[in-house]
This record gives sequence, structure tokens and C-alpha cells, in this order.
Amino acid sequence: MRGLLWRLAGSLPALAAVIVVTFVLTRVLPGDTATYFAGPTASAESIAQIRAELGLDRPLPEQFWNYLRALVQGDLGMSLTTGQPVLTDILQRLPASAELTLAGLLLAVSIAIPLGILAAVKQGSLADHACRVVVTAGVSLPVFFTGLLLVYVFYFVLGWAPAPLGRLDAFASAPPTVTGFYLVDAALIGDWETWRGALAQIVLPAATLGLFALAPIARITRASMLAVLGAEFIRTARASGLASSTIILTYALRNALLPVVTTLGMVFSFLLGANVLVEKVFAWPGIGSYAVEALIASDGAPVQGFVLTMAILYVLLNLAIDMVNRALDPRARRA
Amino acid sequence: MTAILDVRDFSVEFRTRSGIVHALDRISFQVARGETMALVGESGSGKSVTAYALLGLLDAAGRITGGSATLEGVELTQASPKELARIRGARAAMIFQNPRAALNPIRPIGRQIADVVRRHAGLSRRDADARAVEMLREVGIPDPARRFAAYPFELSGGMCQRVMIAIAVATRPALLIADEPTTGLDVTTQAVVMDIIQSLAAETGMATILITHDLALAAERSGRIAVMHAGHIVEDAVTAELLAHPRHPYTRRLLAATPTAAGGLADLRAIPGSLPDLRRTDLPPCRFAARCEQRLPACEAPMAWRHLAPAHRVACWNPA
Repeated sequence: MRGLLWRLAGSLPALAAVIVVTFVLTRVLPGDTATYFAGPTASAESIAQIRAELGLDRPLPEQFWNYLRALVQGDLGMSLTTGQPVLTDILQRLPASAELTLAGLLLAVSIAIPLGILAAVKQGSLADHACRVVVTAGVSLPVFFTGLLLVYVFYFVLGWAPAPLGRLDAFASAPPTVTGFYLVDAALIGDWETWRGALAQIVLPAATLGLFALAPIARITRASMLAVLGAEFIRTARASGLASSTIILTYALRNALLPVVTTLGMVFSFLLGANVLVEKVFAWPGIGSYAVEALIASDGAPVQGFVLTMAILYVLLNLAIDMVNRALDPRARRA
Repeated sequence: MTAILDVRDFSVEFRTRSGIVHALDRISFQVARGETMALVGESGSGKSVTAYALLGLLDAAGRITGGSATLEGVELTQASPKELARIRGARAAMIFQNPRAALNPIRPIGRQIADVVRRHAGLSRRDADARAVEMLREVGIPDPARRFAAYPFELSGGMCQRVMIAIAVATRPALLIADEPTTGLDVTTQAVVMDIIQSLAAETGMATILITHDLALAAERSGRIAVMHAGHIVEDAVTAELLAHPRHPYTRRLLAATPTAAGGLADLRAIPGSLPDLRRTDLPPCRFAARCEQRLPACEAPMAWRHLAPAHRVACWNPA
């Protein structure tokens, strides 16, 4: 427990660096917020007025000081695009991104891990070749392309999937918020019609993310299983006549999962990045599309808020990976 | 004496990219109940391959090409992989060198013993756990109930080897194959580990095959020694007899290369030459002939056993 607190404390400098870098980046990026919001016909005076209102006419250190002061009070600033506090926007949109990312990850894991195990246990078999194809495809297809391809095939050509327009059909209403995950919230109140609607909407974007995440997970699972199956303690297990199911699942897989869990953390962070594009393709109301829209509008506060949120997510994610590793590996508990 | 393990004309080959390796060529030996037989020879002579092949642990490239091997009357060469898995750990067990790596690093040691007991004795989880604690006590691990939950990385190498022995003998097998069980352990620990194996063997009538390159260890701990060279057994005798009257030139060379407390390093003699390439298709009948100083024209003839004494045989046309 103390170790975890230390780790948490150790990530504070990284968060501080993120705060500084995003602040500087949003100031040096091309595009002037005041000009953008004043509109194309605005006069020089009105632009100057808006700039003064936003505090953008102040020297940079003063701006940064004001930003920090607001930050410690939990104020991430206002979004000029939505007219709402950035924190409100992000809290509203984060569950959408989280639900999509987790769905994609779940899909990837539930296919990639069995595939990797099969490929390692039966080398040269159909599963092994399938694993190779999936890994190659997953690495070489960019997410926006897979996304568009899936939309084209399953919505436009086959008509199996609904229009890629967000989390729910335009005429359906969202379930009452408990977790913010539509699939969970709808199931909680037993509203299966909404549940099916939400599922139909999430299948294609989750599959897009899943295909992207499949490749590294399957590859690591296969390689890690192969390494463990060649280990001396597997020879001992075989020499003790243990059943092959015990050898593969209890002895080999649990050891092989250690590097897989570490990879999962990495894949999860890739997914958070890939989300930005996938949300755009599927009009998913998550924080990724929010950040892209703000960036295009030179709206600094949401971009800073987005990057900070991501940084905090990464820190929490690494903490979670650490805890899972400790649960799996007694050696990590001692360290 | 009835043989628990009876191996006759047992041959093993490995298919590799660079040709077929004739790893074992018609080896024969018997091990009786309660007996400790040492299998000695330099690296690559086929000691471990013999053990793996008998228990059906060869990798995909290796296969048994001839002969028979019966364990308690059961023909191992004809057994299906499933039948072999039922025999391994139950009737024939094996321990290895480098005990720490031979144990599952993330599973409590007691649980690893219980896994084997449950598989073969069909005990309930609770009974298997109790049996595991009992086994830990039997191999001399202090505070066994608490050590049940320990992991291999928390134990010394010697303690890990005790755990390995506990796993191997928990099901009271008829045969224990110990493959270099003391290599990598310090000398006092070596003695303790061998003591444990031998007292368990004496108690349960278990036969032991001690695979080692260490003639001194074999001399001290075995009742009989079989000397292997390049996939052949070249000499097989009661330990005292073999040490006092080695007849095969290779055995004599091996003894001359073994350090003794009395002799200095300068007295040691290396064995000239090296093992023949076992991928050759024209391997001579005597695979030691090329390294042998007592070679005769007769050595080109097919090898036959010479029985020099009731319990001493040698595969050589010109024994010393």
C-alpha cells in the first residue's frame, strides 16, 4: 500500500510537466483565439477587447499563474466553443470515451488471448496462421481506415449496423446516469430496448478499436506463452504427469500473463490516442472528438483540460497495472 | 532381484535440419527395487535423453526407434501419451538440476506438491494440502505448515531441491530419476539432498537412477554404475568393482579424469578427442574407437557384451 502511495507521489512531477508543456503549447500553436472568436468581420478594437477579457493580453508568466490558481480550485477554464466550464464538458463526455475504449479492449482481449494461447500451444496450426494474419493486419491498417471500411461495409452496403452517429439513435433517450456507461446503466434499470440500441451503436467503433488492439496483445500472448512453455518448470510439471489443461492454464498461462498485463497497459494508452480519430469517424460524443473540435477552433482551455485528463488517466492506469502485477506475481509484492 | 525397470535394445533418434542424430543406440539395463544405479558419462553421452525418452518427455523432434522398456511390467514404448502422463509422477518421477528454475515461480510450493498429489491420488483439496505439508516435513523443511505458502524465490537452492524431491516422491513412485540433482548446490547441501533421496528410497523401496557426470558422487551414492559414451552403455558393474577394476578404456579414462582427495590437479588426465558426430550415417560399431589407444582391427566388428564377472559387463573387444 505504501509502495502504491509512493508511486502515486512519483508521478506528480510528470503531471507538473504536463501542465507546463500543454500551457506553453497552446500559447505557441498557430491561430489566435481572440481573432477566431471575434469572427471574420470583427474590428481590431473588438478583437483587443475579447483578448483582454480572456486575459490573453497579459504576460505569459502571469497567465500561467492565473491558470495554476484556477487549476488548484478545480477550475479548468471555460470552453469558448460550448460555452460551458471545461470540467463539466469533460466529466460529461469522459464516460462515452471510457465505455468505447473499454469495449474495444474487452473485445480485443477476449479474442487475442485465446488466439495467442492456441497459436503457441499448436505451432504451425490454423490458429497460428490466423494469429499471424491478424497481427499483420492489425499493425498495417490505420484505425480511421478500418473505421471507415467497417461503416462502408456494415452500414452502407449491408445495412446491418445503424448510422454511425453517436451513442444512441437520435430518437432514443439516454438511460438515467449511474455509471455513465449506457450499456451498464440501461442494464441496471432493465431497459433492454435502449441496451440493444446502445450495443448496436457501439459495435462498429469498438470493433475498430478492438482490431487495432488485437495485434499487440495476440503477439505478446503468443511469444510469452512460447517462452514459458519452454521453461524448466513446465518440464517439471510434465514430468509430474499433470494434466495438459493444468499445465497450459494454471502453470503456463498465469506466468505468461505477466508481460501481457504490462502490454495491456501500453495498448490501453494507445487506444486512448486512437480514440480521437475513431470518435471523429463515428460522431462519438467523447473527449477525443471534443479535443479535436477545440483544437480546430484554437480554443485553448479544452485542449489543456483534455491533455491533463489524459495524463491523469495514464497515471491511474499505470497504478492499476502495478496492482494487477502485484496480484499475479508474488515477487512483485516483495519488491 | 526383480527389475522394476527393464530396458532392452532401446534406441532414440532426433530429426534435425542437419540430419538424424542417433542419440541412443540399443542400450540395455535393469534397475531393481530399492537399488540406486548411477548413469555416468560426459555431456552429450545420452544420460538425460535416456531419462526423457523413458518417461515420454522427448520433444517433437525425438522418437523411440526400437527396443523395449518396461516399468513394473508396463511397456513404456507402446504407451499412449495419456497413459504415460498417468505413469509420470505416479509410478516414475524425476528431479532436475537447477531446482529453483524447475519450480513454478508464482505458485506456492505446497500447492505445487498438492497439484501432483491431487492429480494422481485423487485426493480432495484439503487432503492433498495435508499431504503436501506432510511431504515438506518428510524432506526436512522446517515449519512445513507455514512454508506451504512460500514461493521458490523465498527459499535457498537446497530448500528448492527438497521441494522438488517432495513433489517427486509424494505419490510414492517405484522409480525416481535424479538428473544431476546436486549440480549447482554447495557441497554440504549436496550431501543433505542425497541423504534425503537415499533415506526415502530405503524407506519405500524406490529404485533410483542417478544421472551425473560426477564419478565421485556416483562412487559414494550408488550400488551400481553404468557408463555411457556417445549413446552407448559401454560398461556396467557394481560400484566397488567398477572403481577397482575398470575394464573399458573409456571408463579408465573417465576415472583418470576425476579428481581425488589424494591426487593433485597435475595427476588429472583429460580424455583425448571428443564425442563422435552422432549425425553420421557411418558410425562405427564402437563409438569410442576413434579416441581409443587400445584399438584393434577386431573393433570394426559389431559390438557384443562380455560378461567378466557375475555383475560386470563391458562392451569392448580389448578390455583392460
